[in-house]
Amino acid sequence: MAKELVKGNIAIARAAINAGCQCYFGYPITPQSEIGEYMGAHLPQMGRVFVTAESELASINMVIGAGTTGAKAMTSSSSCGIALMQEALSAMCIAEVPGVIVSVMRGGPGLGNIAPSQGDYFQALKGGGNGDYKLIVLSPSTVQEAIDLTYRAFYLALKYRNPVMLLAEGMLGQMMEPAEFGEYPYKDPDVTQWALGCSHNREARNLVSLYMPEGALEAKINKIFEKYELITKNETTYEEYMLDDAKLVLTAFGTVGRIAKAAVNKAREVGMKVGLFRPVTLFPFPDKELHEVAKNTDLILDLELNKGQMLSDVRSAVFGACPVEFYGRSGGGLLSPDDIFAKIQELYEKIDNKKAAGVV
Amino acid sequence: METLVYKRPESLLKAEKGGGFTFCPGCGHGVILRTIAELLDEFNIQKDTIAIASVGCSVFMERFLDLDVAGASHGRSTCVATGIKRCKPNNFVLTYQGDGDAATIGFNETIHTACRGEHITTIMINNTNFGMTGGQASATTMLGQVTTTTPYGRKAEETGYPLHAAEIVAQCEGTAYSARVAVSDTKNIRALKKTIKKAFEVQLKGLGYGFVEVLAGCPTNWHMTPTEAVEQIENVIKTVHPLGVFKDITEKESV
Repeated sequence: MAKELVKGNIAIARAAINAGCQCYFGYPITPQSEIGEYMGAHLPQMGRVFVTAESELASINMVIGAGTTGAKAMTSSSSCGIALMQEALSAMCIAEVPGVIVSVMRGGPGLGNIAPSQGDYFQALKGGGNGDYKLIVLSPSTVQEAIDLTYRAFYLALKYRNPVMLLAEGMLGQMMEPAEFGEYPYKDPDVTQWALGCSHNREARNLVSLYMPEGALEAKINKIFEKYELITKNETTYEEYMLDDAKLVLTAFGTVGRIAKAAVNKAREVGMKVGLFRPVTLFPFPDKELHEVAKNTDLILDLELNKGQMLSDVRSAVFGACPVEFYGRSGGGLLSPDDIFAKIQELYEKIDNKKAAGVV
Repeated sequence: METLVYKRPESLLKAEKGGGFTFCPGCGHGVILRTIAELLDEFNIQKDTIAIASVGCSVFMERFLDLDVAGASHGRSTCVATGIKRCKPNNFVLTYQGDGDAATIGFNETIHTACRGEHITTIMINNTNFGMTGGQASATTMLGQVTTTTPYGRKAEETGYPLHAAEIVAQCEGTAYSARVAVSDTKNIRALKKTIKKAFEVQLKGLGYGFVEVLAGCPTNWHMTPTEAVEQIENVIKTVHPLGVFKDITEKESV
């Protein structure tokens, strides 16, 4: 299949259909409304399910219903809409109900704006819902990666019976670039051992999020956390770029990763040893891998379109192996390759001066 | 010859599987759940039914009914039911909710489910308070009714007027059947079964949304004996939430 010019939001919708998404439940919100529009135009024609829900609360709970039957179900929304879904996401994790949630971030807090932002890293990774749980969170930096990770999101949701969030920025949703769809590359797991439906040849079963008997909830939490360990072992994914001799390593996720890559190229052109480490899975976060990188470099510069959210995970992974600096903009401001390059120059000079003074 | 005329319905979870009701004496839930179980047996749809456990005294559905059960967060039962029914149109899908759930936190969902005409059935138990959490005022609480959050009686100027769910649901074009019945005397309990049967039938025939509101006693939170609770339904609650069939598209002329 040849490459074609495609917009990020449309690419995600088309990839979901290719992945066998049987039903989409959603409520419109900029900058991701094209996903619902595309689904509304295509799913009913294919004999699949499309429902415009009365709210994001309703749409995620419809995803839960579909998920309990083992169907591939999806919703999509943005920042304040995803905020409304948090209770349900927590319930899905403990009840082990699969589902795919596409979060195309806009500016926050509040209604914020519709400019580029990565303000919802904490929302996706650090809860908002109640209790101990984790979403699997995938972060694309290109339209091609958005397609590939949409495929993977459906597969991982069924494989681990956990909600999977595709966390993209409005920038990626609205961006057009060449990409290739190919075929859905995964073999889907059997759902008949747990899904609800016809119980003629088995005992009745249930998928609920209430565990009242003493010790029952703790046992269930321990079970899902064992699963999270397995997910960390099996699914951690990241991109390394020019790290071998890097004295300064940039960390960034999503589209900021590709802007940072342009800055790395610029720095390399003038002989500065700069590299990039980009987590693709935000949970599981590549802790060990980033720690190894930190041991072999002089400084890490974390870049985000927020006030420093992934920064907490970067610091935790680095665990003192090297200093960590942060550079970001919030509320819709964008980082350009030139901005990042200027910051690189400033910090690189400090590394050299410290070395000259024998500090490092 | 002996003929068995009364037995435990198959759709009620057997005690040896952990089944059994955990309701307060005089509570209406047991009668309603047994009626639902009898009908599931009569239609022979136990093994094709998925029930939604809502938040409230109904939350332990999987301990009461021997059915596949999906849990829902407070107010979202009909959304979960919508997701299930759209994926499994051949399954019978039932939500069992209270007034706190279906008429208060989840009334938006109830109305939109009705407007979409989802082929599901909702049984809403209206005991005019949040029973599970200890008797706080809900949307259906009557004016003057004393609850833990309206200790001087519900006043319209402070908390507004009681919501009449079955009448409002009847206004939605997607609703095939909407009625209010009561668990009080034998006559009403017989009407309860006939009414729920009708709501099941509209789903089985694919006609639209079926909604049955059941007035039920909550003696514990009303601070009454079971007998007084029945009298309260008959003499007081029925005057505020009248019994009746508010929509039935299978009848040529409905109320």
